[in-house]
Amino acid sequence: MSAVENLPGFEPPVDTGLLRFLTCGSVDDGKSTLIGRLLYDTKTILADTLSAITRTSERRGLEAVDLSLLTDGLQAEREQGITIDVAYRYFTTGTRKYIIADAPGHEQYTRNMVTAASTANLAIILIDARKGILTQTRRHSYLAHLMGIPHIVVAINKMDLIGYDQAVFERIRADYLAFAKQLGITDVIFIPLSALNGDMVVDRGDGMPWYTGPTLLDILEAAPTAHSESDERFRFPVQFVCRPQRADDPELHDFRGFMGRVESGSIGIGDEVLVLPAGRKTRVKDIRLLDQSLPQALAEQSVTLLLEDEIDISRGDMIVRPEESALVTRQIEAMVCWLSETPLDPQRKYLVRQTTRETRAAISSIEFCLDINTLEQMQTSHLKMNDIARMSFRLAQPLCVDAYTRNRATGAFIVIDESSNNTVAAGMIL
Amino acid sequence: MSAKAHTLSHLDWLEAESIYILREVAGQCANPALLFSGGKDSIVLLRLAEKAFRPGRFPFPLLNIDTGHNYTEVVEFRDRRADELGERLIVRSLEDSMQRGTIVLKSPDEPRNKHQSVTLLEAIEEFGFDCCIGGARRDEEKARAKERIFSFRDEFGQWDPKNQRPELWDLYNARVHKGENIRAFPISNWTELDVWQYIDREQLELPSIYFAHRRPVIRRNGLLQPVTNLTPAGANDVVEDLLVRFRTVGDVTCTAPVESDADTTAKIIFETAETTITERGATRLDDQTSEASMEQRKKEGYF
Repeated sequence: MSAVENLPGFEPPVDTGLLRFLTCGSVDDGKSTLIGRLLYDTKTILADTLSAITRTSERRGLEAVDLSLLTDGLQAEREQGITIDVAYRYFTTGTRKYIIADAPGHEQYTRNMVTAASTANLAIILIDARKGILTQTRRHSYLAHLMGIPHIVVAINKMDLIGYDQAVFERIRADYLAFAKQLGITDVIFIPLSALNGDMVVDRGDGMPWYTGPTLLDILEAAPTAHSESDERFRFPVQFVCRPQRADDPELHDFRGFMGRVESGSIGIGDEVLVLPAGRKTRVKDIRLLDQSLPQALAEQSVTLLLEDEIDISRGDMIVRPEESALVTRQIEAMVCWLSETPLDPQRKYLVRQTTRETRAAISSIEFCLDINTLEQMQTSHLKMNDIARMSFRLAQPLCVDAYTRNRATGAFIVIDESSNNTVAAGMIL
Repeated sequence: MSAKAHTLSHLDWLEAESIYILREVAGQCANPALLFSGGKDSIVLLRLAEKAFRPGRFPFPLLNIDTGHNYTEVVEFRDRRADELGERLIVRSLEDSMQRGTIVLKSPDEPRNKHQSVTLLEAIEEFGFDCCIGGARRDEEKARAKERIFSFRDEFGQWDPKNQRPELWDLYNARVHKGENIRAFPISNWTELDVWQYIDREQLELPSIYFAHRRPVIRRNGLLQPVTNLTPAGANDVVEDLLVRFRTVGDVTCTAPVESDADTTAKIIFETAETTITERGATRLDDQTSEASMEQRKKEGYF
């Protein structure tokens, strides 16, 4: 038991884990204000930060404290008044810890939203109640869906500016549902908000007695975190092989530990495993975390596996259960988002990194490029920054993969340009 | 227990993520180093490194950039901890850079934090490190909130906030050309409260100055300035003997303690949860200069 639990008056809260979510919307939708409001109403903002933004607000001649200043990080952004890169914010409610990925909504920054979405398990899509569904709403929704975010919350903001009119809320909801259906989005929750006044963010406020659903914070508190609903098939990419070979300790002389994180599923001592891509079978002898031996390892735990038989295993191999293997392949088809200012050169070879494995790759074909505003498919032979395309690759070495829609950890990859070493694209295996 | 029903506690999740990041550094980098100052965040890093690599040795040495403006408790702790772990500790000091003439101080007692970058870059060059692991957290400061977990630096150690490598999922890219390097931040997603909760859970030992103790201080601009050899009291200063603790330790001339009677980790967690001032706001005399001062320093190669 930790010491803090012994303090008088301390009631240990139930720890419901950690939720990563994403906010999408443009500056005008009040996204920064919403994040500021969440931080402010959960008492995450501390006095000195508040006094700094109060001073800035006064200097700019604003009447109320501009909560959006909390999330405007970098100098360049403050000058332009827009968010240009993904920023991460943290708050806790005592029961759950949150990581917010704050992604800019501007047209040219698709790549930032894709980045922010890659680690999120829930997306809040902001709509200005006065404007309804815009092109960018469709774009954000499509990207959230493409990136496999399982839960989507559509927050219809600025309700205060339309007199908290329920009819407007209902109309936008109906419009959204119509196009969400086309995209295949099924899990959507709608909520009316005024981030500026704080209505339905943490507190209910007085403006919308007609809305009886949960507040935004209630939704966040109840949302499943990634690991409680992910793929149940065991996936363990090997990150590092531990061979201490310490002459002074005979027990460690033959120690071979395979270190990594359980990306999905679970495994127990004695369970049969299959090592990919070689295809050799053995059993789990022990599961270690420092001095502990664990009876089983669960999704998202970083552990060290010891195996019964001496098999040659190195970084990049994947340990699975024999009855639920991953696909070992030298050919992948994927949806790819191009992230680099340097366009794709289909003649060149690139590096593909998937789980802990890396291989050279050549472009076989580009099936189509997608207009993410209209979802129209266009023929192309080139990709530039922010383009999304369906394409296939030939690989120099096999990868052990699952479809991204089934497993985000084993279905995702990045593309690296060897000349610059830059990460130039992100891919989702089909 | 079915895999579906379980949820890792937030500390278990953060720990697992940090271990994963450390192992990625080890798997991808040829010659990394871990920055260890004896401060609480780097003490947490060492614990995570133990969980990541034992029973093996750490696949990197520990590196400390010594400002020469230290509290002796912290330096003693640093040396003892490295010794207990049986890991190699490399210390490179600002004094050496000053003697070489690569650091020129405006005045002998000016804060040395910003000069650490010079000595750090010299150490990176001397040992050919391709990655330095640090204990920075995104909740510390606005500029850090946007920094990648694997943060690319050119050969001048510069961070370019407008041209960062995209970082998606947990697929980190540590590839560099010769002379360039990566700064990896395994506890990016931790907050000050998470760090204290982890210290409590793991029963980690800390330098004594993190806990409440009596110390002569002067009140300046709302902060407490400790009276030390480096920061003596002026003729008109009112010296008070107060019960204080440090929330962060660093250069003596620019790290301020806070008034507190918290003498255990449990009490510190209580205070941290209740506190109304950010860690840097309450304790860093050098960050107050301008809202953008951290961003500026990072562009120049600061950690």
